[in-house]
Formats: sequence, C-alpha cells, structure tokens
Amino acid sequence: MPHADLQTPHPLLEARALRFLRNDEPIFGPLDFAMHAGEIVLIEGDNGAGKTTLLKVLSGLLPPSDGEIRLHGDPLTLAKLSHQVALLGHLLGLKLELSALENLAFAIGLGGLRPRLSPTSALAGVGLQGFEEVPVRLLSAGQRKRVALARLLLVPASLWLLDEPYANLDRDGIELVNRLLDRHAREGGAALLTSHGAYAYTSGAPRRIKLKH
Amino acid sequence: MRPGSTSGACAALIKRDLLLVWRRRGDALNPVLFAIMVASLFPFALGPEPEQLARIASGVILVALLLSGLLTLDALFRSDLEDGSLEQLVLAPQPLSLLLSCKILVHWLTTALPLIVVTPLLAQLLHLPENVLPVLLVTLLLSTPLLSLIGAMCVALTVGMRRSGMLLALLVLPLYVPVLIFAAGACNAVQAGLPHTAPLLWLGAGLSLSLVLAPLASAAALKISLS
Repeated sequence: MPHADLQTPHPLLEARALRFLRNDEPIFGPLDFAMHAGEIVLIEGDNGAGKTTLLKVLSGLLPPSDGEIRLHGDPLTLAKLSHQVALLGHLLGLKLELSALENLAFAIGLGGLRPRLSPTSALAGVGLQGFEEVPVRLLSAGQRKRVALARLLLVPASLWLLDEPYANLDRDGIELVNRLLDRHAREGGAALLTSHGAYAYTSGAPRRIKLKH
Repeated sequence: MRPGSTSGACAALIKRDLLLVWRRRGDALNPVLFAIMVASLFPFALGPEPEQLARIASGVILVALLLSGLLTLDALFRSDLEDGSLEQLVLAPQPLSLLLSCKILVHWLTTALPLIVVTPLLAQLLHLPENVLPVLLVTLLLSTPLLSLIGAMCVALTVGMRRSGMLLALLVLPLYVPVLIFAAGACNAVQAGLPHTAPLLWLGAGLSLSLVLAPLASAAALKISLS
C-alpha cells in the first residue's frame, strides 16, 4: 500500500463533489480536487469558511455529507488510514504534564517511527535542543507547536493535513515549517495546509484551493 | 515490541496514562480517600455495635467503591478530548476499541485496585465477619472492572457535551444497580449461610460480555462525540 502512488496513476488524495453540512447548513463544497505525491496545496478562506472542517473530513474524523474521498484510489475509511495521514490541528494533542520526549515516545509507540530518526534528533531539528525533559506545560505556545512538528517528522505518514501550521510561530518557525514541507514533498509526500493568508507557504508556487461561504 | 505495532501501541498508551496518573498523584488519591472516608463515617453515624455494623458492612463497602468510581469517571476521556489527544488516538493505525480497553484498564488499575487492596482494612473497621471477606474480595474483583467498562461506555457518549456530570450519573446509575445487586447478593448470601455462587457467576458473565462489547461500544460512541 505505501508508495503505491509512485507506480499507479491514482492521485494520493482525491475529492469528488465533496460537501459537508452541519445541521443542514452547508459548511463547504461541493469541492473537487486531486493531489499527487510531492504536492503542497494551500487551502485559503476567511474565518469560518470551513477550512478546519475540511481537514477533519479529509482525515476521516468527520464523515462527509456528500461526495467521496479517495486515498490512493481507494475510498477513505478510518481503517485504511493507517500510516498514511497525519493531522496537526488547533489542538496539538500533547500532554502538558509530560515532557517533549515523553510525548514523542508515546506518538512513536502509536504511529511508528521513520527510519534513521530519533526523538532527540527531531527535537534538535525543530530548534528545541535542551528542552527535551521540560514538561510541555512550561513551554511557550510556539515551542509546543514545534514539539508537535517534531511528531510530524518522526511518525511516518505520506499525507500531512496541517491546520494553521504557522500560528504562534516566529519568523524562524515559519521558515522551519516551510523547510519541513519542502523536504516532505521531495520525499514523495504531500501536504494540505490551511492559512488565512498571513504567513503563506513561500517556496515554490503552491496550488491554492479557495473556500467561500 | 516494535513501535507502531498493536502491542507496542497498547504498551505506549498504558505507560503514558500511568505516567500521567503518577504526575497527578495528588488528584489520583482523591477517590481512594473518598471511599475510605465514607466507609469510616458509618460507625460514627450508626453507633459502634458490632452486630449492626457487620450486617451492613459489605453493602457500605460496595456502595463506597461504586461512588468513588463514579467520581473519576468523567475524567476518563475529558482531558484527552480537550488537548486533542483523542483525535490522535482515533487516527492511530490501531483499532480504537483496543486502545480504549487500555485506557479503561489503567482507570481500573488506578482507581479500583487501590481500593480493593485497602478493603480488608475497611472490613475490619466495619466488623465484617471473617468468612465474608474472601467472597467480598472476589465480588470486588469481578464487579469493579465491570463498573469501569459500563462507565466508559456512558462517558464516551457524554464526553462531547459540556457539564455532562449530571447526565452521566443518570445514564450510569441504572446500569450500575444490577451489578450492585448481584455483588451485595453474593455477600449477603454468605453471611446468611446460603450458597453464593449464582450471583458471582452472573457477575462473571456480565464481565466477560462487557469485556468484549464495552470497548467496541465506547469506540463507536466516541466517534459520534468527536463529530
């Protein structure tokens, strides 16, 4: 299943006539798009345009109201997601009482580890050298975000769904996210990120999907 | 255990949850102290006559344990929901029901097991006849995991709501009552010199049924709560 996208013509992720309604109120869609390996796609939209909801639907957390999502050409179900999709949302999924290393150790236990990487090297890679043993509770919002980015680095997944990855980050952090995205794309992954436009992905010319009310 | 494998994931989750309980050990002790306080207040209210206390001892211990379990139930998935860990659990490659079983196991290990350990002490305090204590312990070993499993199902249903405490109690109590009746029935039967295997077997049957079904139901309910 992994790397099937390299041989087959199926796009890594494909959405057909995707719509989501909450209490009969349309949140977004109908939406048609396809993403291939190595692509970074930016979802743009105003606050409340449904960017977060779209990512949740694409990750399988929310069932779409209409249309379908295909991952490597197969219909998306939570069971098929294994080792393919990583979601980084507004809630980072970190335990505040645990240290960065302990949080990462748990994530690795759950999702596995990419080859030739270790939690310590990943933390150094996101600029958190020396903060390995500090409880996440004592880290700043930007540093917590960096811990979550380290998790993204460590756990294998071909598709990254990033909700406002630039929020809370300083200039270095924004460059760090762009570096991570470039590397992920070079290694055959794909990423879908939301942004309200303030700090957009800068390198290359990413495809943009506009969400309107 | 390879990271990312099913057993590796369960081990990682159990380790993390135990570590979290250890970091919040002050809070974790609350339900244990609560049950001990409830049980030790009865002699003060009812008077110290051994015969009277002996008659109610097993019932008091069972109710104290049940209520203290209820105290911690709401927290079972709450913090995971609030910090986003629950989303990561749902998206993990392993079956959610299995991961939830691990969480329920940790809940039982940290809330019910310490109470079972101090039960002989409470039994002494309440003049429980010596021949009843072994049966009471077996009853507790069967009924407390059952209570944790039933409770987890109800928490999974209500965790998406704010201020769900009252609703949770309403949902859980009718389901707890049969467990309490069978558990108390076994203890009362021994005390009266009657055969007591039937209620224990009922508890065992309930436990094996819910061991299989409750994690599945909890997983389905949690997915609804998340959306």
